[in-house]
Amino acid sequence: MISDADLVALRVTLQLAGLTTLILLVLGTPLAWWLARSHWRFKFLVEAVVALPLVLPPTVLGFYLLVTLGPHGPVGSLMEALGGRPLAFTFAGLVVGSVIYSLPFVVQPLQGAFTSVGRRPLEVAATLRASPFDRFFTVAVPLARPGFLTATVLGFAHTVGEFGVVLMIGGNIPGRTQVLSIAIYDHVESLEYSHAHILSGGLLMISFLLLITVYALNRRFTMVKP
Amino acid sequence: MTIETRFHLKRGGFVLDVDVTFPARGATAFFGPSGCGKTTLLRAIAGLVRDPNGFCRVGDALWQTGSHFLPPHRRPLGFVFQEASLFPHLSVQRNLEYGLKRVPGQQRRVTLSEAVELLGVESLLTRRPHGLSGGERQRVAIARALLTSPRLLIMDEPLAALDRASKREILPYLERLHNELAMPVLYVSHAPDEVARLADHLVLLDSGQVRAAGPIGELLTRLDLPREQGAEAEAIIEARVAAHDESYHLSYLEFAGGRFSVARNALPLGHSARLRVLARDVSITLQPQTGTSILNIFPASIDDLIEEGPAQMLVRLDIAGVPVLSRITRKSAKVLALAPGKQVYAQVKAVALLE
Repeated sequence: MISDADLVALRVTLQLAGLTTLILLVLGTPLAWWLARSHWRFKFLVEAVVALPLVLPPTVLGFYLLVTLGPHGPVGSLMEALGGRPLAFTFAGLVVGSVIYSLPFVVQPLQGAFTSVGRRPLEVAATLRASPFDRFFTVAVPLARPGFLTATVLGFAHTVGEFGVVLMIGGNIPGRTQVLSIAIYDHVESLEYSHAHILSGGLLMISFLLLITVYALNRRFTMVKP
Repeated sequence: MTIETRFHLKRGGFVLDVDVTFPARGATAFFGPSGCGKTTLLRAIAGLVRDPNGFCRVGDALWQTGSHFLPPHRRPLGFVFQEASLFPHLSVQRNLEYGLKRVPGQQRRVTLSEAVELLGVESLLTRRPHGLSGGERQRVAIARALLTSPRLLIMDEPLAALDRASKREILPYLERLHNELAMPVLYVSHAPDEVARLADHLVLLDSGQVRAAGPIGELLTRLDLPREQGAEAEAIIEARVAAHDESYHLSYLEFAGGRFSVARNALPLGHSARLRVLARDVSITLQPQTGTSILNIFPASIDDLIEEGPAQMLVRLDIAGVPVLSRITRKSAKVLALAPGKQVYAQVKAVALLE
């Protein structure tokens, strides 16, 4: 039914989505916090850059990443000069691409959640002797919990569903850079519709279940909030 | 011990420009119409808003001067906001402990059980904030602030967001706080009633500036200050329970100028009591009246008097250093030839016990 190659693609997909989501939560949380709290005049520029992957065709993003990360690109040649390998057509390259591609899906829910926490709870925590770090972790993060859940699931699901960027910078190397969405494409190309059905149906189910979980849990959280 | 503050803050079109010193003991009320800068001033004292050129000294601790700015979490203060702002993700008990466990052991002067008892929140400890009534939430918020053992307790209209019943429920707790803890309290309010009950010292603010500051008895009876719309001209007198008269069911309350007879109350002997005397309940005679039903008659001297409308005058009397207001007609003032310095008798027809 499901071939070994498909299982490998599934493994690569899950690894990619997991790692990407983890990196995005680590990088995206301070970025979202800053966006939610800063009064900088040109903040909108940063917000626009973060939102770019939402509207840009993935192939455009993938193309520029390929040019940048490839052996002749600035990052690629720097990597080579440092004795490394260019990132294009590697799993690491895919991770870099996915992080950029899924950035808004993690940063925007977090920013919204931090904004809706508001200033007051943090001021209260400050007058209760909590340092800025302390109040971030004991007040802002717990109160932004629905945002973290949404960000995690959307970041993960969106990375699982990515196609154009992966194709451009990762190619289609089984076991290394071949992910599910590309495996499906391959199956359709070779008219193996039954295989494509199984993988597509699986992805559809997983995505739907993930979103149901998020919305159900967030509904509970918001009902708990006063 | 005093608190000294100097701030100049722009907030949109509004400018707060204050330079005021007040005692670091008892309760100081910041009073004025909404939008006069009361809240902004208290937030500046707490360090929640920052005036780069501001100055703030509490006792001998410098909280802000020049480039030195103690961040709010390092200022030993408690802040009670207008809305209780309990942490919704923590139980009442964990809310109370939030500040408590961030204060080093040797600096803790208020224990959890004391605060819980003082504000009557024992039965709420396991509850979540969203299930509490407005009054209950605010009591938890006050207990939570107390548990940081603050050297200064700041309350920003803690009753404003509450309905009448919750206000009545909380006021006695605030009075206990005032009486039982030797902790200076800064209290923002625009309710004259609350101020009369709770404050020892008053700072009057108007459009971002301090109009006047001083002891409440003195400030309330000043004739040159505008009275809040609809507020009664009144005097607040600090007194002490001297005796109870069981046969007539009266209590005698002693103050600097003599002794008031009021309806019997339940206060123990020696207990301090705050009396409110409305200007319209005080009349003036040149000789001590005999054959009158009025019990409270005191020798006084006229301090000052101003016209109040076409027919009336407001007279400030001095009863052995205690200021009291009297509202009389312009005609009476003329007939009695009242002028500053004149010796008269003040007849107090009614007096209300505030505590």
